[in-house]
Amino acid sequence: MTSLTAQHSADLVAAVLFILSLAGLSQHRTSRAGVVYGIAGMALALVATIVAAGQSISGGAIALILVAMAVGGAAGLWRARRVEMTQMPELIAVLHSFVGLAAVLVGWNSYLEVERHGHAQTRIASDLVGIHHAEVFIGIFIGAVTFTGSIVAFLKLSARIKSRPLTLPGKNALNLGALAVFVALTVWFCISPSLGLMIAVTVLALALGWHLVASIGGGDMPVVVSMLNSYSGWAAAAAGFLLDNDLLIVTGALVGSSGAYLSYIMCKAMNRSFLSVIAGGFGIEAPSASSEEQGEHREVRAAEAAEILAQAESVIITPGYGMAVAQAQHPVAELTRRLRERGVEVRFGVHPVAGRLPGHMNVLLAEAKVPYDIVLEMDEINDDFASTSVVLVIGANDTVNPAAAEDPGSPIAGMPVLKVWEAEQVIVFKRSMASGYAGVQNPLFFRENSAMLFGDAKQSVEDILRALPEDERGGAGRTAQRAGAAGAAG
Amino acid sequence: MSDHEPAHHPPQPVATQRIGVVAESTPGETRVAATPTTVRQILKLGYEVVVESGAGDASGFTDQAYTEAGASVGDAWSADVVLKVNAPTDAEIGRLTRGATLVALLSPALRPELLEALSAAGVTALSLDAVPRISRAQSMDVLSSMANIAGYRAVIEAAHVFGRFFTGQVTAAGKVPPAKVLVAGAGVAGLAAIGAASSLGAVVRATDPRPEVADQVKSLGGEYLPVNVVQEASTDGYAKATTEDYDRAAAALYHEQAQDVDIIVTTALIPGRPAPRLITAEDVAVMKPGSVIVDMAAANGGNVEGTVAGRAVVTDNNVTIIGYTDLASRLPAQASQLFSTNVVNLLKLLTPEKDGRLTLDFEDVVQRSVTVVRDGETTWPPPPVTVSAAPAAPAAATEKAAPEPKQPWLTPVRRIGLIALGMLAVFLLVGFAPAQLAQNFTVFALAVVIGYYVIGKVHHALHTPLMSVTNAISGIVVIGALLQIGHESWIVTVLATVAILLTSVNVFGGFAVTRRMLSMFSKD
Repeated sequence: MTSLTAQHSADLVAAVLFILSLAGLSQHRTSRAGVVYGIAGMALALVATIVAAGQSISGGAIALILVAMAVGGAAGLWRARRVEMTQMPELIAVLHSFVGLAAVLVGWNSYLEVERHGHAQTRIASDLVGIHHAEVFIGIFIGAVTFTGSIVAFLKLSARIKSRPLTLPGKNALNLGALAVFVALTVWFCISPSLGLMIAVTVLALALGWHLVASIGGGDMPVVVSMLNSYSGWAAAAAGFLLDNDLLIVTGALVGSSGAYLSYIMCKAMNRSFLSVIAGGFGIEAPSASSEEQGEHREVRAAEAAEILAQAESVIITPGYGMAVAQAQHPVAELTRRLRERGVEVRFGVHPVAGRLPGHMNVLLAEAKVPYDIVLEMDEINDDFASTSVVLVIGANDTVNPAAAEDPGSPIAGMPVLKVWEAEQVIVFKRSMASGYAGVQNPLFFRENSAMLFGDAKQSVEDILRALPEDERGGAGRTAQRAGAAGAAG
Repeated sequence: MSDHEPAHHPPQPVATQRIGVVAESTPGETRVAATPTTVRQILKLGYEVVVESGAGDASGFTDQAYTEAGASVGDAWSADVVLKVNAPTDAEIGRLTRGATLVALLSPALRPELLEALSAAGVTALSLDAVPRISRAQSMDVLSSMANIAGYRAVIEAAHVFGRFFTGQVTAAGKVPPAKVLVAGAGVAGLAAIGAASSLGAVVRATDPRPEVADQVKSLGGEYLPVNVVQEASTDGYAKATTEDYDRAAAALYHEQAQDVDIIVTTALIPGRPAPRLITAEDVAVMKPGSVIVDMAAANGGNVEGTVAGRAVVTDNNVTIIGYTDLASRLPAQASQLFSTNVVNLLKLLTPEKDGRLTLDFEDVVQRSVTVVRDGETTWPPPPVTVSAAPAAPAAATEKAAPEPKQPWLTPVRRIGLIALGMLAVFLLVGFAPAQLAQNFTVFALAVVIGYYVIGKVHHALHTPLMSVTNAISGIVVIGALLQIGHESWIVTVLATVAILLTSVNVFGGFAVTRRMLSMFSKD
């Protein structure tokens, strides 16, 4: 076994480990093993590459690698430890931008490495130079789009810029035009490579990435984030083509296609067309404010809500982005625990696009120690609302809008929603009567079985917790049981 | 101020209006348009109430009960607003005051001559069966409340004639099988019949052309029998073929069920057309002796061959076909209560100020729709109401075929075509590419497919951890930078170092945060 074959086989093993990692992550049971596979694969790939590279470069360069990795790794670990679970979307968006930027840098390096030697260089066979030129361009293009797209997503998610969709005139034409210009530039660059063209394509792609995500609204962020995840994979794959490295190609393609599939799941959940998402043109739907007379809403106070909950047999909580904003997951978990102790059946119904990240709500609830087997997804729970006493809608709006199911003229018509209105009683936690992200009025608030609980979601849930009467009977029974168990043990 | 009074207002401008509750003249009618309970509610709206003597007798409400509720007994026909159940006769129309308002079931679509007579009398007529089917108007929907009662009563009539238990029993004297009931049409009446029959213990099955009612049938304890129609993807005459196919399949289903069930309740009505024929004489002939059919569509021609409207007939093979048209009236107290509550809800809508003065606002679709004559001028039919997501017409399980299923864009043929096109593109690309690129493409294509399948069954709760792990893994791009560092000029090395630093953040941070998240997921 030579060092070259050793490196190839290490690459293959790493690729298989990555596949196992992704497969493991699809089930709770195997998810932790999945992460271990991923770490092992990455460690193997890095060690093999550094060892192989170490044979041809100086000790100084090796030291530089180790220092850079140590600094980057330390920064990454520090962020990972400190990040609030509500800020996961921002963190992931930033990480995507790093991959994008790295891909751009790799592309530039490859150009500098090869082109400056012209035809005298030896790394690339002369009949492949044209293809190499194209690969450089494609790699830089995808990487730069990922980079600025992720930056914009990060800025929107962290509310540093307005999350309103940017609507430039002829935005679709702009996107298509950018693609056409890119193709033209690529052809030109293959014929006569020059530094100016490199700069042009980089700027073009950076602008396109910015525009793509800027024209998508904050409410569609779960799709955007998983789309950028996919893009970052394609960027890595493009770098693989560029460097003729199979491991990069395999891994990039894995991430790219899995991210694309995840985006597709999200799109189906929002009844959006997948193609229009990739094209970045789907935030444009003009929110047509429904002028229809909606009627009056009914208000409850926390004490009354506590009363209703105390008498309920079954409760379903449907959280939305508002719960994350108010950081209400801990009081909600506490409420869940208290109600379950009273013998109330409590479950969670999570809409696929609730929050700003696929699975965002699940992570928040897990952080607050809500058992994951009572957190159900829309399809699992949608038929159960009709037999439920009380539904608590906490910070969700469009995902529980009956107009989507009942009003064919609604802008969100056809989007699958949680059918909370079928329950006996619905309590909606909301700051005000403002409409939801889609700008659509929600007839749910005016239904006879709905009541509004205005105020900060966290504060409201805490008020309910205080007002919730102690359950004498249940508490006493449990104490007796515990005493009995202790007696038996003694 | 009286100058500004709209022309259609009755003469007395300030005084509250009198509401008259009149007795029904139709033979067999037992209902009354207001009960003592609703009289109290009408008084609260500011009206005076006059009840014709004996109006409530058939429903069990005495004149005394009305006077105790606050009404007076006297000449109800001369009141400003007359409440009635059935349409008035010509003689009764003559008793109405000019300018008065009549509220009753008028069937405006079927009886144009009645509308003419009412116009000639110079009155305003509100037809309770013209309430539009929108959710806001449900509380005034007399047809639904009556259909509900009729469906219940249909089962009771059947049980009365049927010589056996509905529920199955095992007794010392032997085992009794439960009765089997088939309900055709799961509208309001059909659902009421399903609920009544299953709560009596029968085995209930139901048919309906709308598959979406299956859940409602199930919720009331019935079993939904779908009509299985083979969907053929023919391009022309598609819908028509389906209709014929549907009819044939439905007929076969009814024939098969007729041999098995003991009781059939049919509820199928098509608005403005004769009732569809569901059960033929052959179907009746194969039923077991002693079986009962209740044809709730008897008044409109009947769903069953051999039905006689208003009567129960017994066939040669001893099957009783009940064609009563007054099923709701056979539950007088209940029917009057629900009917009069619907009427009160309408009055509430027409008396927004609660000042005892009826006002008609033609901007409101409900008020516009129920008004069939205004001040001697026929206003039927109303402009069409745009109904969004209309509730299914009660008791009107139409025999139309289910709507043509929406053709998805991606038909199997197109799907295969697209795949073939994609494969051809890959083939050409790899075929013409240099060997090294071809090998890269092979790896790439296979990895794309694996990535797609690996993620296929991901649990929804794990989307975020999955994303952060793929994120960490896509930090593999670091390898690119590792391969470039130190080989070339200082600028390449600097750029590569930056790339390594950034992607290291990704790799380490991504894995660490995933581990942190996963450690939070706990099972109960």
